[in-house]
Amino acid sequence: MSIAIEIADVSKRFRMYREKPSSLKQRILSGRVRAEDFWALRDVSFDVAEGEFFALIGQNGSGKSTLLKVIAGILRPSEGVVRQRGRIAGLLELGAGFHPELTGRENVYLNAAFLGLSHRKTDAVYDDIVEFAELREFMDTQVKFFSSGMLVRLGFACAVHVDPEVILIDEVLAVGDEAFQARCLDRVRTFQKEGRTIVLVTHALDMARQLCDRAAMLDHGVIHAIGGPDQVVREMRRTISKHDLEFAREEGSREIEILGGSLHRGADPLAGALAPGECVTLQVDLKANEPVDDPVVSFALHDGANNFVFGSDTAQHGLALGRVDGKRRVRFQLGPVPFTGGQYWVTVGVHSRDNQRVYHVQDQRYSFEVRQTEGRRDQTYVPVTAEVEDL
Amino acid sequence: MLGAVWSLLNPVVFLAVFTFVAKVLGASVDDYPVFLLSGLLAWNLFAVSLSTGAQSVVANANLVKKVYFPREILPLATVGVALVDFVLQSMVYFAFLVVIRYGFVLGSIWLYPLAFVALLLLTVAVTFWVSSMNVRYRDLQHLIGLALLVWFWLTPIVYAAGKTHAQIVAPGHRWGWLFWRIYLLNPTAWIVFGFQRALYHSPDANKALAPFTAQQLGVGLCVVIVILLFLLYATWRIFFGLSGDFAEEL
Repeated sequence: MSIAIEIADVSKRFRMYREKPSSLKQRILSGRVRAEDFWALRDVSFDVAEGEFFALIGQNGSGKSTLLKVIAGILRPSEGVVRQRGRIAGLLELGAGFHPELTGRENVYLNAAFLGLSHRKTDAVYDDIVEFAELREFMDTQVKFFSSGMLVRLGFACAVHVDPEVILIDEVLAVGDEAFQARCLDRVRTFQKEGRTIVLVTHALDMARQLCDRAAMLDHGVIHAIGGPDQVVREMRRTISKHDLEFAREEGSREIEILGGSLHRGADPLAGALAPGECVTLQVDLKANEPVDDPVVSFALHDGANNFVFGSDTAQHGLALGRVDGKRRVRFQLGPVPFTGGQYWVTVGVHSRDNQRVYHVQDQRYSFEVRQTEGRRDQTYVPVTAEVEDL
Repeated sequence: MLGAVWSLLNPVVFLAVFTFVAKVLGASVDDYPVFLLSGLLAWNLFAVSLSTGAQSVVANANLVKKVYFPREILPLATVGVALVDFVLQSMVYFAFLVVIRYGFVLGSIWLYPLAFVALLLLTVAVTFWVSSMNVRYRDLQHLIGLALLVWFWLTPIVYAAGKTHAQIVAPGHRWGWLFWRIYLLNPTAWIVFGFQRALYHSPDANKALAPFTAQQLGVGLCVVIVILLFLLYATWRIFFGLSGDFAEEL
């Protein structure tokens, strides 16, 4: 398969001026200008194959939109090169390429001209564009009177009707209403089937997983992960959670403290991902700062999207800790894990039996991963034994 | 269509006013309107391109920041608009020459295309430069107004170069020859010399026009064109280099 977009060692430096001289007068009067370099992209290299649907994900400020602008040619990379083949249509920002004073009709021709379409070719697709955007009665209105939804519709309609080989989509689609978004996705899928290349910047991780062939995650201007969308999205979620860890809540009155929690497979500390149906042990070490009667240790599991999936405690299983003085170790043996692919977060806590006093809680402090079995779409794991007998 | 009317009105009014002024007040140059407009139309092309071209990139910030296209189009488009004006105005001027039976002389009209090429090269080159510099230094456009005013008077458009030359290199003027040499470093002077020699041929034209024959001007303009080609390349490189940062600077 041939390459549609080749990104080789691309870096983009922005100069951050404390006080940027915006006039010659200031420039002359202020003497030397102090500027700091900010690298929005650093040595980014990857290829996008022809016909591939590629997603760029990352947190705010990670450089995804800058990268998209570099691919589109709006920004020139400070280092490295970007090579593209064919006509690139971009939906980078709301109302991009529209002149507010011109009417919808004039803007369609302007936009098509930017994408390299002659007047005659634009005539041929004009009706389709208007049809798709559902803006027939507004085409002779100046674009400055359009709502943001109308702008997105017109922009998307132009971009998809100019027969581009590559289409770049930034988050603009989120502006349209649901029906329009559905039609856009439909159109994007058709594009994909026609073998065109799509690069999408998105925060909608699940959409990226469903639609894309490949994804890359940017973090502070560098490629943090690249590969299959599932794997990259998982990495993204893990990274986000790790960042959140600094804010992971710990609270409680600390008569008893949690020294630490850990996960074990059999007797060994858990390393690597679990397979569905494997057993895991959660071990919680406690230290009482003063004698406490009958505390209860509990745990809760959350999935990567922060949904509560399961929880339990010692009381539920008829385990009484009695008077705790000094150190204790509590083990929860979790039977065959019914989860399928994903990251799971463990909250552990110790509190009084009536739940009135919380001694110590560590919120989603620990985690384990469950492997997705290749080629399976199971939502859960159920241990099954199969047998056959003669009738 | 209305735009065309405006640009036609400009030379018509100029011709009417200066015909009147020359008749009433008397002018030191014969057929003064013919003389004046031969240089003034060329200057207008240059000055209008520069002052509007300076803002061409800044004024289209919303396009530059969001869509990719060769950025050179923006300054070139402003030169293009000024060029349309120039053509329309020249048509009015030529019609005027025919109507007053002034006519053309074949002996020097060949300088016209040469001067036109030089004018176009200079205009495009300088417009490239100011449009890209104006992105970073927004007050450049005010400076351009001042610079154009000075430059206008350094170019023999309203006054006759020949007479000025006679005055400053007259015996008794010590540094006159030096001033004249410096004066000749101005490319617009050569371009206007060319236009005037090509079109103006009143009986004592030789007193009013720069002291060069058509052949000398032809050679001079060729040299100017070669220099301007280098200048154009240089300013285009500057423009191209800066255009990578346009989207950030705006």
